[in-house]
Amino acid sequence: MSGPSTYNPTSGIEKWLDQRLPLPRLMHDTMSSFPTPRNLNIWYTFGGILTFCLGVQIVTGIVLAMHYVASADLAFNSVEAIMRDVNYGWLIRYVHANGASMFFLAVYIHMFRGLYYGSYKAPRELIWIIGVLIYLLMMMTAFFGYVLPWGQMSFWGATVITNLFSSIPVVGHDIAIWLWGDFAVGEATLNRFFSLHYLLPFIIAAVVGLHIWALHVPGNNNPLGIDVKSPQDTVPFHPYYTVKDAFYLILFVILFAGFVFFSPDFFGNPDNYIPANPLVTPPDIVPEWYLLPFYAMLRSVPQKLLGVIVMGAAIVTLVFIPWLDTSRVRSCRFRPLMKQFFWAFVVVCVVLGYCGHQAVDAEVAGVPLVWVARIATLYYFAYFWLIMPIVGLIETPKKLPASIAQSVLGDKAAPAE
Amino acid sequence: MAASHSDAGTRRDFLYVASGAIGGVAAAAVAWPLIDQMNPSAAALALASTEIDIGSIHPGQQIIYKWRGQPRFARRRTPADIAAAKDVDVKSLPDPLARNRAKPDATPATDAERTVKPEWLVLVGVCTHLGCTPSVSTPQIPEGQYGGWLCHCHGSDYDISGRIRKGPAPENLAVPPYSFLTDTRIKVG
Repeated sequence: MSGPSTYNPTSGIEKWLDQRLPLPRLMHDTMSSFPTPRNLNIWYTFGGILTFCLGVQIVTGIVLAMHYVASADLAFNSVEAIMRDVNYGWLIRYVHANGASMFFLAVYIHMFRGLYYGSYKAPRELIWIIGVLIYLLMMMTAFFGYVLPWGQMSFWGATVITNLFSSIPVVGHDIAIWLWGDFAVGEATLNRFFSLHYLLPFIIAAVVGLHIWALHVPGNNNPLGIDVKSPQDTVPFHPYYTVKDAFYLILFVILFAGFVFFSPDFFGNPDNYIPANPLVTPPDIVPEWYLLPFYAMLRSVPQKLLGVIVMGAAIVTLVFIPWLDTSRVRSCRFRPLMKQFFWAFVVVCVVLGYCGHQAVDAEVAGVPLVWVARIATLYYFAYFWLIMPIVGLIETPKKLPASIAQSVLGDKAAPAE
Repeated sequence: MAASHSDAGTRRDFLYVASGAIGGVAAAAVAWPLIDQMNPSAAALALASTEIDIGSIHPGQQIIYKWRGQPRFARRRTPADIAAAKDVDVKSLPDPLARNRAKPDATPATDAERTVKPEWLVLVGVCTHLGCTPSVSTPQIPEGQYGGWLCHCHGSDYDISGRIRKGPAPENLAVPPYSFLTDTRIKVG
């Protein structure tokens, strides 16, 4: 869809710049005139929301780093000083902490959107895979960031996650020591995590650039999952989608602000207001909510290395989705069977998150949750490795509309050429 | 250079390969310090041995001390504890090895191979699953089904000799090298 440029420099400075560094042309072609399917719905506004989230985290993070001290003795108190003494420190920190949760909320909606409408299918495989990479970088960044306040959950979360590497045969223990810089999580670990936590958001920003670049070659998918066939199927990105994105961004920010101002510790764990103690593990150690489904998978396997492999495979699996889905139709709107499996998958992810939040030996109505988690884990993998390839082959999709314009405008649309 | 006149080996080819090879070696030589700097520093390695006073521990109690950043347990066991620890078929254990750093790797996980004096059990207090500190079980506050320790993170259940009995941990709690200086003082590390 990235056809010939429609940019037409008018003023002298624009003409001068266009022959030297055609930045205005790039902005115009990618953010203004860019032809976008005319039928994008609310679920397509989360790309813009995610860019906003990244910006918020970088800006608040840079400010917090001006007051934070990465030292095992001082980190906890420096965070408390931000909360109590620094001008508006409470606000900036709560925006940053809740911002991480809002970031993940938005990215999960964005990913489920992509799954439902088949946005990973050809020719958009690389957009999806780059997205998985961003998701992985986000999880690493969030993990490093959660360690920095040096509370009990920070410390023990860091211990458990770094110990995942110790399950690697032969060299695992040496890798763990290398990650720690000591024989346990400590001062050296905190310092390097701070360094990486500051670095990774900029790497994410660069990879987001690739994500958008790759998006701008084939253009957006859309809820119908059919290709753009004529200019009638599209509208320019500006003002149609700049305004739509802005409107839903405002709704999103209202939700965001609701958490920051009315329930700032909603996503937090009270144990993280206890300074890190290397000698006492809290009775119930849980990761942040956005990692709970993977945590439930880890715990549902009663063998250390196998548990780590299952958890890692759950994320690596996402990379292969473009080739696991054998359907010729992209959108689940026209896939009556796959649609049901999709919603079951969403429920399973929520169930896994719930299981990850409960104690290891918890039961619901006499059913041990570990078995619920095991069945849910099986479904998670079956969804990608069995259901996706098989349903794509046996399912009869509904009839696709002739064009986006016809679907949106009905008879008023001119027939596609 | 007999081949200097052939098409295959010009001076430019030689310079290309030679500078590529030197560049590769240089890149590796520069990368290694950047990787190795993350390993424990000389200060972390310099923590040698330490002495622990165990005289104030009553039967049934344990203390937790810290060595090289890790929690370590010293537990004084009751006669009933010791009897329970000895009354276990080693072959039935998930991990049949002693994991005693002072003994050969193949030593069986009998209680005698994991202690210096039966009354005292000294362990590395790091769950062999993902590194949490297991909670001690006492008659007042029982933890787990085997009277030893329960790791709350992922439910690994250790017996009164620190051997894994149930749960995801792959190994018994490790026994660090230690020696008795007197009846009430041990040297660790």
